[in-house]
Amino acid sequence: MNGVHDLGGTDGLGPVEIPENEPVYRAEWEKAAFAMFSMTFRAGFFGIDSFRYGIEQMHPATYLLSPYYEHWVHTVEHHGFAKGLLDEAELDKRTQYYLDNPDAPLPEEKDDPDLLAFVDGVVKAGAPAGRPSDKVAQFSVGDRVTVASDVPYGHTRKAGYIRGRTGVIELAHGTFIYPDSAGNGGPDAPEHVYTVKFTNTELWGAEAAEPNGVVHFDVWEPYITLAATTEKAA
Amino acid sequence: MTATVRTQEEIAARVKALEAILIEKGIMTTKAVDRLVEIYENEVGPQLGAAVVAKAWTDPEFKERLLANGTEACAELGIGGLQGEDMVIVENTDTVHNVITCTLCSCYPWPALGLPPNWYKDPAFRARIVREPRKVLREDFGFDVPESVEVRVWDSSSEMRYWVLPQRPAGTEGLDEKALAALVSRDSMIGVGPAKAA
Repeated sequence: MNGVHDLGGTDGLGPVEIPENEPVYRAEWEKAAFAMFSMTFRAGFFGIDSFRYGIEQMHPATYLLSPYYEHWVHTVEHHGFAKGLLDEAELDKRTQYYLDNPDAPLPEEKDDPDLLAFVDGVVKAGAPAGRPSDKVAQFSVGDRVTVASDVPYGHTRKAGYIRGRTGVIELAHGTFIYPDSAGNGGPDAPEHVYTVKFTNTELWGAEAAEPNGVVHFDVWEPYITLAATTEKAA
Repeated sequence: MTATVRTQEEIAARVKALEAILIEKGIMTTKAVDRLVEIYENEVGPQLGAAVVAKAWTDPEFKERLLANGTEACAELGIGGLQGEDMVIVENTDTVHNVITCTLCSCYPWPALGLPPNWYKDPAFRARIVREPRKVLREDFGFDVPESVEVRVWDSSSEMRYWVLPQRPAGTEGLDEKALAALVSRDSMIGVGPAKAA
């Protein structure tokens, strides 16, 4: 989707604000919001691609202005409501309760050794997105390729600033979950992933581009076509 | 959908309410929260990436393996896992300077660098680093990359996680791996600064 999350190349955002020292978590709620991601992932709320898509559907102004981990809270709610795993009215009611009684305790919990084992296990082993596929790679390192310029409404990793641009394949990584399928509720539908190198001039034009620079961007095979034929015609 | 910017108090109440419901459903426990929080506060952080860099500086064969397959080479040191399942390490030289970003969200190599600093996840850095990297490095990070050095930006749009092998500082010939690792900052592995001088 053509959302405000797709920030690459946006002007007007001002300097990068870099505090001298910053804790890993800036507030207690950030700890719970951070941890909530892996546990709701385990409970089937989303895969990583749908998790991202839920964030992309935030109101653009809220997205830009809210603290980072609120994005995560938003996507947990988004998918929880959509899947019937959370009830919005109930959540609103409880929110009001904790607003009125911020120090009220959380409900009693049962020990869950499986959940604790999951936490340590997932941190160590990760959740790899590589998927075997018998699809033969259509492109190789060194190929000049052009990114499709279409603008889908759903989740995609085809950023606005590389659409329609031509670059050279630098690395080929094998087959991975395809976000344009998995992020929109579809199957993993693995596709080959490549790293494409774009010159600054190709991306921003000779006048605006910084000299002596390139941007590398990863694409899934359906994003690109060979550039050679169109260039010969031109 | 309307724009709402919540106060810290409002977010805290919302998160607590969510947590309460998830605890009742058996999806979440505060014990598991504490464990996960602790891992990224005390166990997984940039000291791990720094150890990898120091080894690469002192062991040419390891460096070759690291640049050929980042995930496998880091696994030799017991480093890997969540959000670093597929790592690619890119090398700075006299003619090339690398910097990483995630313009579409906040992707970052957790197993080597820990959780990202807020500025890395914020809109300003993500928007500008692909368009005017030299200017951002100079004006915001006080790091001047001469025009003779090519600036390569790596935008982590897939699950491949890029991070930077900074150049070894001059005058560090006599130092052992531990002393070298102390010179490797988080910023130098993102590419917004050099390794510290000896």
